[in-house]
Amino acid sequence: LTVELCGVHLGGPVLNGSGTFDAIAARRAFGDALLERFPFHAFVSKTITVEPRQGNPPPRLWETPAGLINSIGLPNKGLRGFLASDLPQLAELPVPLVVSVMGFSRDELATLVARVGNRDEVAMIELNVSCPNVETGLVMGADPAETARAVERVRALTAKPLIVKLTPNADDPAAVAAAAEGAGAAAVSLVNTLKGMALHPITREPWLGGVTGGLSGPAVRAIALEQVRSVARRVAIPVVGMGGIATGRHAADFMSAGAACVAVGTESFRDPAAGRRVAAELAALGRGRRSRATHEVRSLSPSG
Amino acid sequence: MTQTALRDEPRTQAPPERRVATVSGVERLGAYRLITALDASGPADPRPGQFYMLATEEGWGGGADERPYLPRAFSYARARPTAGGVELDFLLESVGPGTARLAALEPGEGLALVGPLGVGFRPPRAGARPVVVGGGIGVAPLLCLEQALSERSTLLLGFRTAAHARAAALFAGEPALATDDGSVGRRGLVTDLLRERLAAGPDAAVYACGPPAMLESVRALCAERGVPGQLALESGMACGFGACFGCVVPTRDGFVRLCLDGPVLDANRLDAAWIEGAAH
Repeated sequence: LTVELCGVHLGGPVLNGSGTFDAIAARRAFGDALLERFPFHAFVSKTITVEPRQGNPPPRLWETPAGLINSIGLPNKGLRGFLASDLPQLAELPVPLVVSVMGFSRDELATLVARVGNRDEVAMIELNVSCPNVETGLVMGADPAETARAVERVRALTAKPLIVKLTPNADDPAAVAAAAEGAGAAAVSLVNTLKGMALHPITREPWLGGVTGGLSGPAVRAIALEQVRSVARRVAIPVVGMGGIATGRHAADFMSAGAACVAVGTESFRDPAAGRRVAAELAALGRGRRSRATHEVRSLSPSG
Repeated sequence: MTQTALRDEPRTQAPPERRVATVSGVERLGAYRLITALDASGPADPRPGQFYMLATEEGWGGGADERPYLPRAFSYARARPTAGGVELDFLLESVGPGTARLAALEPGEGLALVGPLGVGFRPPRAGARPVVVGGGIGVAPLLCLEQALSERSTLLLGFRTAAHARAAALFAGEPALATDDGSVGRRGLVTDLLRERLAAGPDAAVYACGPPAMLESVRALCAERGVPGQLALESGMACGFGACFGCVVPTRDGFVRLCLDGPVLDANRLDAAWIEGAAH
């Protein structure tokens, strides 16, 4: 089940969602067995920014029905720290590397794309546009024109494929996807987390140190599936679909909705090997599709 | 961090996937449950202070408010290698939908786990006398620590009530006890016992696990007396292996992920501000 994503050959269609797996930390916890049984067919780094960031004050997590709200705040070593200490370790992974970058202005984004894009270890760059542009106050990825301007600004700075990570917190994600495509994006990925919050049960103040956070997990899967389908019908470039994928059948749903590849995110928190399991289940599903149909419809329907 | 420093850290690495252990024993111990599970394929040598992410194989979810969803982090209390794998003991108290489901486990059921994770306790420096301080459910990692310490240690344990203090019987040594209601041992806090012990001599190496307020008192006492302390902290975690960045604690070097650089931290890495996020 090998696939090609933006001209990059992958051993299969399962990636990780950016920020849901730290391969360097995981190698400390699991050792070289992680590399021998690596869970993904391409690895997407945690988002890096130009300057180092500590991230949001704790608490950073809240469990919801079948999901999780996180308010992490993009902690990272900054561009220099990433290039010096993280990139050499990520280059040892047995799969192609996608580096996720976020700029608080188009100039910052340009710096990141230019510096990351000229490194041989990097196969693709993902633009995380789910942040406010400090110049305009608009969340880049919530607005088609802002997104187009960001992609246009950086497109010529690297020969590497650019994936635009779409936010679901937009009026019309398909319009943003079309704008990204028009500006030269090689692919889009979605969904990022849905904005949410929780209150402290006694103080009634926001629970999360960052006040609001992003919801992920099975709780968002139906929303993500709809957005993936509407985006895939609108653009010709490949779509990487994600949002609550925990089984091969979920992955098959996203691919039927038009995704070329899928990503596993929050499910990896529950099982570090979830990506590998999803890929195996997806492959098995392809082999047994017809014989399963009748009972599966019954069991998945509201009457099952 | 250099590779040399990493080699020295007290960490047994985990298999890179979730596996299912079989519950072989369930013991009611006052306010707590002691769950024993046979882990047939995991490492037989977890280090005291390391933890596992636990979930039940069946029926995880659908409790109060349709939770639990995420696994729950538990230090192992004891590990016994056997011919069929390693028997792991976990001490737990039902305080929410995840712990309630774990507390309802019965022999024969599957316990899904990832681990051992994190960095455990380091041995004391030569000549130091271990002083082991536990509060409530936090006594769990101190049980295997007591077994691992070659020096005879002083055990100081604090509990809310006599029902909770039943866990003290799991220790091989004879702990000095304090309870909130005075029903067993001294009425008061375990840190009162620690203050007296530290006043008696400066040769201590303190090991502690318990609620945040207790650990902050232990930290302050260690700082005041110039005594080394190792604190096993607790935090809500989604993953346990550094992926989610959810379990950070502020230290003198900035936020650290407790699941990766802890849960055991040297007390002198913390100042009083650490407790603000933890006391939620």
